[in-house]
Amino acid sequence: MENVIDLKDVWVSYDSVRVLESVNLTVKDKDFLAIIGPNGGGKSTLLKVILGLIKPDKGSVSLLGGRPAKTRRYVGYVPQYHSSNLDFPVTVWDVVLMGRLSHKHPLQRYNEEDRNAALEALGTVGMLDFKDRQIGELSGGQKQRVFIARSLVTKPKLLILDEPSTGIDSRMQKEFYELLNRLKSEIAIVMVTHDISAVSVYVDKIGCLNRKFHYHDDKEISPHDLEVSYQCPVELIAHGVPHRVLKEH
Amino acid sequence: MLEILQYDFMRNAILAAILASIACGIIGVYVVVKKIVFISGGITHASFGGIGIGYFLGINPLFGLIPFSLFSAIVMGLVSKRTKVAEDTAIGILWSLGMAIGIILIYWTPGYAPDLMTYLFGNILTVPMSDIYLMLGLDAVIIFVVYAYYKHFMALCFDEEFTKVSGLSAEKLYLLLLCLIALTVVLLIKVVGIILIIALLTMPASLSRHYTNNLGKMMYLAIIFGSFFSLAGLYLSYIFDAPSGATIILAMSTVYILHFLYDGLKPKIAS
Repeated sequence: MENVIDLKDVWVSYDSVRVLESVNLTVKDKDFLAIIGPNGGGKSTLLKVILGLIKPDKGSVSLLGGRPAKTRRYVGYVPQYHSSNLDFPVTVWDVVLMGRLSHKHPLQRYNEEDRNAALEALGTVGMLDFKDRQIGELSGGQKQRVFIARSLVTKPKLLILDEPSTGIDSRMQKEFYELLNRLKSEIAIVMVTHDISAVSVYVDKIGCLNRKFHYHDDKEISPHDLEVSYQCPVELIAHGVPHRVLKEH
Repeated sequence: MLEILQYDFMRNAILAAILASIACGIIGVYVVVKKIVFISGGITHASFGGIGIGYFLGINPLFGLIPFSLFSAIVMGLVSKRTKVAEDTAIGILWSLGMAIGIILIYWTPGYAPDLMTYLFGNILTVPMSDIYLMLGLDAVIIFVVYAYYKHFMALCFDEEFTKVSGLSAEKLYLLLLCLIALTVVLLIKVVGIILIIALLTMPASLSRHYTNNLGKMMYLAIIFGSFFSLAGLYLSYIFDAPSGATIILAMSTVYILHFLYDGLKPKIAS
């Protein structure tokens, strides 16, 4: 089985500002990778490169074994949480069905298969009871689950999440990461996040991105890696394990 | 009240008001929910260049208007998305550029531009039967395209980035939507004129948002609101002998403002 994502020596600059520098990244089937790093470190750019929304200046990008522009429709994508469009007049059901749109021509209506896929996805994220609710009436965590359901309706092999914990309170976050934990038995997940503490419990691999990508094949990030990425000392707190590691600033 | 219906021009005015309300009800909903009022204003005003071309070439200004407004919609969409100029700056520049072209061409046209004011301020009482047929055709195009792309436009307006990732061409969809706005401008121009179109495009749709959470129902409601206000405005302009376009907007704005004042005074219920 080929790799889900394969980035080789990827360079990106905006005008003359270099954003990504020689990034290499491999994601295999059923990997759960978290990418952390400071603001402006290129995390969103990296996701856009993976999805083919930005063409790198140099280097090769392969997504699900093909060119991202062709293959990205088979990826489940959960964009960064925007609070701006929340009074938009759509129901949860409308939003989830949107995930099936890439396979529809104009004039073609949603059919039984689409509806069943939407029901199944809503069931997976536990939001079936909220099917007819207005999207703006939901809490942050519920919305995020609806957006995951929308990304799951095409039965993707890869799920990409951009800062999924924004707008969710900490109690909901635990539930949310447990949902991802269940999903990872079936698909590969790549997540960009600020939330270093939650990451350490659930993910398999962590990469730190600050222009350059520091990456290990396991989740043992060392304070040194973080310092290199954030360019300042970082507190490492691990939840859910008997001891915590705290380092002085 | 019924005696005003005996006049042919009144019958045409009523038809024009309803046909215009259909287009502005449907497209206005997209303008409001996607928050693209400014670019819609830009397309509206820039289309004045098309009126100028029509006069200059000595053809029916509407035939200059249709291609030119479509052209400016596409240029505005591409420039605001693709260049490094900030979107609102680009729109502002093209807005004035289109008008400047119109002003110069009309100045160069020998003789007097007879119904120039009609295009700027609208005069629903002078809509000839040929324009009614044109409006009917444009409505049919708008309804067909929105029927075909309803789901796509909903996704585009709700979440452009997701639409792009799911393999649809968000840019083409956006340009298509802007073209529909351009056609709506053509439909509305005789009713309220370039200067006042934005009000007609936004108020019925914005009002309808308060009564439903469903995009499709918003369109039906916006059409009903639009028809009601434009007919009421038409009647008031007859009674008070006031310009029809401005009276329609004034009637609509009054109800709109009163509605939101009343709404603001009610105790807020958290949803």
